[in-house]
Amino acid sequence: MAAIFQGVGAAAALSSSPSNSFGSKKFVSSPCRPFSVRKGASFAVVRSDGRVNLNPKGRRAQQLISNAVATKSDSAAASSSSKPGHELLLFEALQEGLEEEMERDLRVCVMGEDVGHYGGSYKVTKGLAKKFGDLRVLDTPIAENSFSGMGIGAAMTGLRPVVEGMNMGFLLLAFNQISNNGGMLHYTSGGQFTIPIVIRGPGGVGRQLGAEHSQRLESYFQSIPGIQMVACSTPYNAKGLMKAAIRSENPVILFEHVLLYNLKERIPDEDYICNLEEAEMVRPGEHVTILTYSRMRYHVMQAAKTLVNKGYDPEVIDIRSLKPFDLYTIGNSVKKTHRVLIVEECMRTGGIGASLIAAITENFNDYLDAPIMCLSSQDVPTPYAGTLEEVTVVQPAQIVTAVEQLCQ
Amino acid sequence: MVLGRAFEDKCAKMYYDRKMLGFVHLYNGQEAVSTGFIRLLKQQDSIVCTYRDHVQALSKGLSARAVMSELLGKATGCCRGQGGSMHIFSRKHNMLGRFAFIGEGIPIATGAAFTSKYKREVLKEADCGHVSLTFFGDGTCNNGQFYECLNMAALWKLPIVFVVENNLWAIGMSHLRATSVPQIYKKGPAFGMPGVHVDGMDVLKVREVAKEAIGRARRGEGPTLVECETYRFRGHSLADPDKLRDPAEKAHYAARDPITALKKYLIENSLANEADLKAIDKR
Repeated sequence: MAAIFQGVGAAAALSSSPSNSFGSKKFVSSPCRPFSVRKGASFAVVRSDGRVNLNPKGRRAQQLISNAVATKSDSAAASSSSKPGHELLLFEALQEGLEEEMERDLRVCVMGEDVGHYGGSYKVTKGLAKKFGDLRVLDTPIAENSFSGMGIGAAMTGLRPVVEGMNMGFLLLAFNQISNNGGMLHYTSGGQFTIPIVIRGPGGVGRQLGAEHSQRLESYFQSIPGIQMVACSTPYNAKGLMKAAIRSENPVILFEHVLLYNLKERIPDEDYICNLEEAEMVRPGEHVTILTYSRMRYHVMQAAKTLVNKGYDPEVIDIRSLKPFDLYTIGNSVKKTHRVLIVEECMRTGGIGASLIAAITENFNDYLDAPIMCLSSQDVPTPYAGTLEEVTVVQPAQIVTAVEQLCQ
Repeated sequence: MVLGRAFEDKCAKMYYDRKMLGFVHLYNGQEAVSTGFIRLLKQQDSIVCTYRDHVQALSKGLSARAVMSELLGKATGCCRGQGGSMHIFSRKHNMLGRFAFIGEGIPIATGAAFTSKYKREVLKEADCGHVSLTFFGDGTCNNGQFYECLNMAALWKLPIVFVVENNLWAIGMSHLRATSVPQIYKKGPAFGMPGVHVDGMDVLKVREVAKEAIGRARRGEGPTLVECETYRFRGHSLADPDKLRDPAEKAHYAARDPITALKKYLIENSLANEADLKAIDKR
């Protein structure tokens, strides 16, 4: 218990003021620390929603911040008493994003088990049924394959559904529809139909939930041609990715993590989205590139504290976009540090890490001074016993050891 | 129906000439079902089928040229050659697809029906009475997606008609060997919707039942399950040697060929004469 919350505390402080990102002068009320990594044009390219806001004057109705760059820690000292934005938990951020999109576009609807009257098993849809009605927040019977297919059919005919898997693992039952229809219909119809569906839900290894409720489906889904995958890890990017996914014309799978729903962070009051294809620079550094996503981000940041004390300067990137990879951000990092460590919760075999190693090796092999290291979960069903469960996922101590090895 | 039959026969010829490759499933014998139902639909109504449905596409309004081009993998095909025989789609005609895996299209059709209801109730498009039809075979009726969708459609009173083309055979598996209760129409009431059985070789009878079912859906009264007893004259696909089916059974249904039957009806009832019918054949 304690280990996670330590990590959480550190992370919350780190990602607290993303609104001070790139060049736009309109938001600066609190002091803005200049960042050591400023890629200029690259952050201005907004690929998911096609709009770029570089105009500091004139607030349009929807000004979008498409990039989230976390500051280094110790920004607490710089904050004034009247901080901009509002504080909330990750599940509330998801809900806020969903609610805003439902208000903005009447075609957005939610389908899933217990999303309506119950408010969602992790409270992401709490209160929405009361506000929008039973048809817009549809409580389905327990028939994942069919209601996912129904969502896809609805997406083909003009709606923008958000399908919730009560636990991502349940979506294994919907694999047929997600793969054959969600992924493929845009192609097999010769481009006639788009499938603007979002499929989301909690996954990952929780607190002794047992093998079947502790699965990481990102590795199973990654090969499906035609779908996009993103993983959120902070309240800021959770809301941003939820909104971007809903606005996207492509089928997007949004991976949330069971243990991250109660993370607290201060997020902007303004409307913003996060670019679906972009990775997030969590901590710029010089010695080694650590690529991670979802919950492991916090284990990495915890290890980072230890590493900094030992004199290392790790660069931590939350890849966020699991398919496609943001090879631009990742590549720039590899070119700078020449060493790569991947830390993931996926299984080692056929996981996201495995694909990432292949992509980096193919594209940036000349820039590497050492073989890429990948720390993944053990290739076993997640045990029930807490001590065993802890050993199946990557712990901060292992990350520290790996970096030390890599930097020898 | 005649266009459909001619089209399918042409497909067979091209396949055996090796101009068409892959899996091709022909509809000969089942034309009455397609015509009976689809000719009653408006353009905004949607249909979803499984792989045996070149003729459904033609009935819905796609041009024979577009479909044939698709079957030959040409870029001028309705799906730019990317879909092929088992994946015909047309956004314009609201043909939401043919699917290769059986049962897969049923949730899609359910989704289209959901959109129709949503448009009426949430988006307040008051006159939206779009109906969704889903065609599938006897084999599909033992598949989970069928039952899951019967449940959801009845639960939310979705404007959908489930049309079973029971041709008694799933490749080489006889319907009677695969199903505990072979009367498929009986499964409707178990889920809270009417289940109707109709002679699928008689286009006028099919049309009558279709009118009623589609009308029900349009009025918001909910789904219907229609079982059409029909037969395919050819094998499952053009690669199927078709050895298991009893010749006597085939002869029995060949005698009930829907096209011949309708011709006979038209002539007997003086709705058309031989010359008119020959003219249709020529086209």
